Amino acid sequence: MTVSINRRKAIAGIAASTTTLFAPAVLAQTKPRVIVIGGGFGGASCARALHAGGMAVTLIEADARYVACPFSNLVIHGSRDIGLQTFGYEGLRKSGIDIVIGRATTVDTDRKNVGLADGKTLAYDRLVLAPGIDIRFDALPGYSEAAQEIMPHAWKAGTQTLRLRRQLEAMDDGGTVIMSIPANPYRCPPGPYERASLIAHYLKTSKPKSKLIVLDAKDTFSKQRLFQNAWKEMYDGILEYVPLASGGKTTEVIPAEMTVVTEFARHKGAVVNVIPPQRAGAIAAAAGVADRSGWCPINPVTLESQLKPSVHVIGDASIAGAMPKSAFAANAQAKHCAAAVVALLGGETSPSPKLINTCYSIVAPDYGISVAGVYQPANGILADVPNSGGASPVNASAAFRAQEAAYADAWFTTITAYAFGNA
Amino acid sequence: MTRFLTAAVFCLLPFLASAQVAPPGAESCGGCHGVPGTALPALSQLKSDQIAIAMADFRKGAREATVMDRIAKGFSEPETEAIAKWLAAREHRP
Repeated sequence: MTVSINRRKAIAGIAASTTTLFAPAVLAQTKPRVIVIGGGFGGASCARALHAGGMAVTLIEADARYVACPFSNLVIHGSRDIGLQTFGYEGLRKSGIDIVIGRATTVDTDRKNVGLADGKTLAYDRLVLAPGIDIRFDALPGYSEAAQEIMPHAWKAGTQTLRLRRQLEAMDDGGTVIMSIPANPYRCPPGPYERASLIAHYLKTSKPKSKLIVLDAKDTFSKQRLFQNAWKEMYDGILEYVPLASGGKTTEVIPAEMTVVTEFARHKGAVVNVIPPQRAGAIAAAAGVADRSGWCPINPVTLESQLKPSVHVIGDASIAGAMPKSAFAANAQAKHCAAAVVALLGGETSPSPKLINTCYSIVAPDYGISVAGVYQPANGILADVPNSGGASPVNASAAFRAQEAAYADAWFTTITAYAFGNA
Repeated sequence: MTRFLTAAVFCLLPFLASAQVAPPGAESCGGCHGVPGTALPALSQLKSDQIAIAMADFRKGAREATVMDRIAKGFSEPETEAIAKWLAAREHRP
């Protein structure tokens, strides 16, 4: 009797455990597993779109909080709280995306798994890499992890942003601020010029005896006429722009002397903002999807790596042809990448994309300018659609500029709600 | 078993829904347009015709714009019509 009850219990137990163990295994086969590495605008948006497309999605991100770069120049300007730039992953988690806070250190593209710093291994059917950028501490003599504490780059938002803001606040009126801008490609092509504008505005309004010297490793840049017209109009005598042709390229920095060395001169500053050369986030090289340039070549239709199968690369880390490294571009690529992944895992062909980018820059309060583009695959890259896109008109009213500033604000609200919100 | 089947069907549903692939370019619109109450119109509150006509006018320069004229020129009339239809269909989703 006792034996038989125990047997029955045992059988029931086995049945129960088979159900609980077996069912998820079958479900796992039903839902393809997609891992997304990187929880910025590209990664978070892609995780959302993949989840909506019926995938089992795991998002791996090193930090529990994300600090957004767009609008962070306003934090440096002193007119925006960094709290408005800061987002978590609760919304994504609530929607059913598996969030892993940890550092992905290895990708085995043959076995299709990702290794984490804590030793765990996660398997995928397809992988999306959205690792953003890493600063190249090997590229500019004198610049290092220690140097970034003295000469902040503030090109990854967060403590670096606040450090640069505090240095500007602490500077005496009459001090010189130096900005060093790298050659292409780098994250956010118009970003350095927006920052120069907003630092100049801060100096003009709060420290009018001060000066900003902008040292650039190139002669042409995004929205150039719009920026330079605005500088002439508003920041004449405050902002001095030194292009490559006039010796603007930084060849070395000396943090102990707060000095930036160029081909022609040495500039000493009270505050020095060095935007150094960059590359794709480290996991891209670890996965073998970055080429010798440090960035990731992709197929313009599927956004899949040209170097490794079943790995897609989106956002700043990718070589996206004519598309700039921007949050808008990353979000647009993310949604298309999800559609490509869902199609390919369903045994179908990927749809061919048409993608949009719009980048706003704030030149002064209530003064916004934009550049937009439409892109499609052509000749193996994501190319500009002919006769579309371009920058804001050179001659526009103050009301027009104010409207673009307001649209910039609306854009930030919408895109961060899509990527990180609860909606 | 029934429970398992239900689960499996639930898993497949979004998969099937996604077979209605967005027409090229449509999903990029959500980069700016989406949250009601901002300075930019939420496209879910517009009808398909309104979107298609606005895009045609932006393309021709018949409607005042800041950035939409530059974007609209990247799309043909059939492309914007497909996008408008898809965006309007989305608003009926729960």
